[in-house]
Amino acid sequence: MIPSAFDYQRAGSIAEAIALKQGAEGDARFIAGGHSLIPLMKLRLAEPSLLIDISGIPGLSGVSEDGGRVSIGALTTHAELESDSVLLASAPVVAEAAGEIGDQQVRNRGTIGGSLAHADPASDLPAVVVALDASIHIAGAGGERTVAAGDFFSGLFEVDLAEDELITSVSFDAPSQAAYAKLRHPASHFAIVGVAASLTVEGGVCTGARVAVTGASTHAQRLGAVEEALTGSSLDDDAIAAASAAADVDDVNADLAGSEEYRQAMTRVFTGRAIAAAAAR
Amino acid sequence: MTVPISVTVNGRAHELEVEPRMLLVHLLREELNLTGTHVGCDTSQCGACTVIVDGSSAKSCTVLAVQADGGSITTIEGLSAEGEMHPLQQAFWDEHGLQCGYCTPGMIMSGVDLLERHPDPSDDDIRRGLDGNLCRCTGYEHIINAVKSAAGGAE
Repeated sequence: MIPSAFDYQRAGSIAEAIALKQGAEGDARFIAGGHSLIPLMKLRLAEPSLLIDISGIPGLSGVSEDGGRVSIGALTTHAELESDSVLLASAPVVAEAAGEIGDQQVRNRGTIGGSLAHADPASDLPAVVVALDASIHIAGAGGERTVAAGDFFSGLFEVDLAEDELITSVSFDAPSQAAYAKLRHPASHFAIVGVAASLTVEGGVCTGARVAVTGASTHAQRLGAVEEALTGSSLDDDAIAAASAAADVDDVNADLAGSEEYRQAMTRVFTGRAIAAAAAR
Repeated sequence: MTVPISVTVNGRAHELEVEPRMLLVHLLREELNLTGTHVGCDTSQCGACTVIVDGSSAKSCTVLAVQADGGSITTIEGLSAEGEMHPLQQAFWDEHGLQCGYCTPGMIMSGVDLLERHPDPSDDDIRRGLDGNLCRCTGYEHIINAVKSAAGGAE
């Protein structure tokens, strides 16, 4: 047996999951696909006393769209996102980024809610939800609340989510033109850097831009100088080059996959690619 | 603490009592003696432990046995019906898609998932579909040829 011993309960509803968490002694954790948590448990970096399995809670899976607003249930797997017909039509950037996660087996099990709650600094979806200005819908004992994706991620594996809260869904306005470009670590498949760009274009002029990077720092962050440079531009090659050159990551990280200088440079490169892909969409 | 689970493995129903921390791969290998599913890296990277859980491929070293409760699992042992090799198994034989064979069960189970999604896969689909499986001896070309051959697309 590789992980430490723990108890296990299945929750049939959100209310039951929260009640189990509140009634638990020690370190209880929610589990859905388990593809962030189980590896940590096998290394005994996480040793929960109780796992509360939320994967069977009805109504938390699937993608829907109503009047241009797209909603994704927290239990929707990356593989489902990758091939979902609503997303492919209304927000292909989400399908594109989900298809870049890990490998097929991992995408078959991992969920969007789990990925966002875990907030690995090199995970793909945080950049996308920040660029799309998505709302993260959260349920807790005190009821439901919504946090803007840009405010949700606050540090290394740190998010605005209390111990007894769980993500129920993510929603956003279908973007006009958005794309994700990633420098993929060849072994781990995590993002060395990944950039999501969402553009609004009217009459050939960019009237709004949200650009966010993951993998480059402790958590996904917007590239404000890039957004400013893009707004009002014609999105031609020179404008994209100038805007991506303005990319500057706060608190950029360095590890075996790349130094600070390399990550800053690759952020500029992949910012340019994400913008160009979004502009062409 | 043990938890009762019921799983159908290769078409056969099992009622078991398992510790929650038991990994699915250990259930298969140690409780059900289905040792065709291999443990390679044990860190959800190499794919040697790939099985089909409820129709989709999964790395059974990163699934708890309790998570498979109520589910249906197919392992490499479940592919061949009455001694006849599955088309993917035959194709790995014909195309020399293995050398030591350690990664082969996982490769073939990923191939099953891949051909389910892409019955007529391009080379790129195959490479992408096998991205989660590592082979350390044959190189990948023969493996890709085998999957292509099984799909009926061999040159």
